Amino acid sequence: MAENPQRPMSTVRPLSPHLTIYRWPVTMMTSITHRVTGMGLSIGAIILAWWLVCISNGPEGWQSFHAIMDTPAGLLVLFGLTWALIYHFFNGVRHLAWDLGYGFDKHDAERNSVIILALSVIGAVAVFASVWTGHGGYLQ
Amino acid sequence: MSTAQTPLHKVQGMGSSHSGTGHFWHERVTSVALIPLSLWFLYAMLGLAGTSEVTALQFLAHPWNALLMGGFVCFSLWHAYLGLQVVVDDYVHTAGAKIFLMLLIRFSIIATGATCLFAIVRIAAL
Repeated sequence: MAENPQRPMSTVRPLSPHLTIYRWPVTMMTSITHRVTGMGLSIGAIILAWWLVCISNGPEGWQSFHAIMDTPAGLLVLFGLTWALIYHFFNGVRHLAWDLGYGFDKHDAERNSVIILALSVIGAVAVFASVWTGHGGYLQ
Repeated sequence: MSTAQTPLHKVQGMGSSHSGTGHFWHERVTSVALIPLSLWFLYAMLGLAGTSEVTALQFLAHPWNALLMGGFVCFSLWHAYLGLQVVVDDYVHTAGAKIFLMLLIRFSIIATGATCLFAIVRIAAL
């Protein structure tokens, strides 16, 4: 909004969407997180392509992938993508439920926002914990 | 004249977006397809974690797994394209930047998809 010098500051009113004025409702948090995780997963698709190319290149390719992704930074990226996928999955299912008219009531939406945030973190930790405790790799 | 729309525009029912509800609907169709495909993907990634390249090759070379991975890649990237388009529509308001970003997104998505599919076919043929 352009500043009007003739207008006293007290009447300069904030414009929608009031991002810096109001406390963020949890539903706004989950909505923004859905978008951010979606963008992150789009980048993740490039890592998936790289992984598939590495596998198709044989043993050297496999090693070149793991040389980068088995580092702390690589694992952090993989953990982030795991969490993003699980979050986007749960929240996406909620969007489909909303489209069908379920759970759109204010208090329901706020409650299941908290549930989805919690479930996504628990899910991502569970995936990594199951691998570290030797419960992954069952396709061998 | 009670409306600014031409009879043709009215009967097409496309509105100001020029694509009607197509974007909304495709976003939903791809997300429904991605529910089972994502569950399979998670099952596959967990099952391959910490294994060897031979295991991954054998797993992905199986026709069902190759098809499911191909399906996951195609639906994910299609869904990603629709989602990224919304992000550009929401935040980029100049025509030049919008066209440039949408072309960049489209080419990147097609390049990523083609790379994935080629690698899947190559693995199956090894």
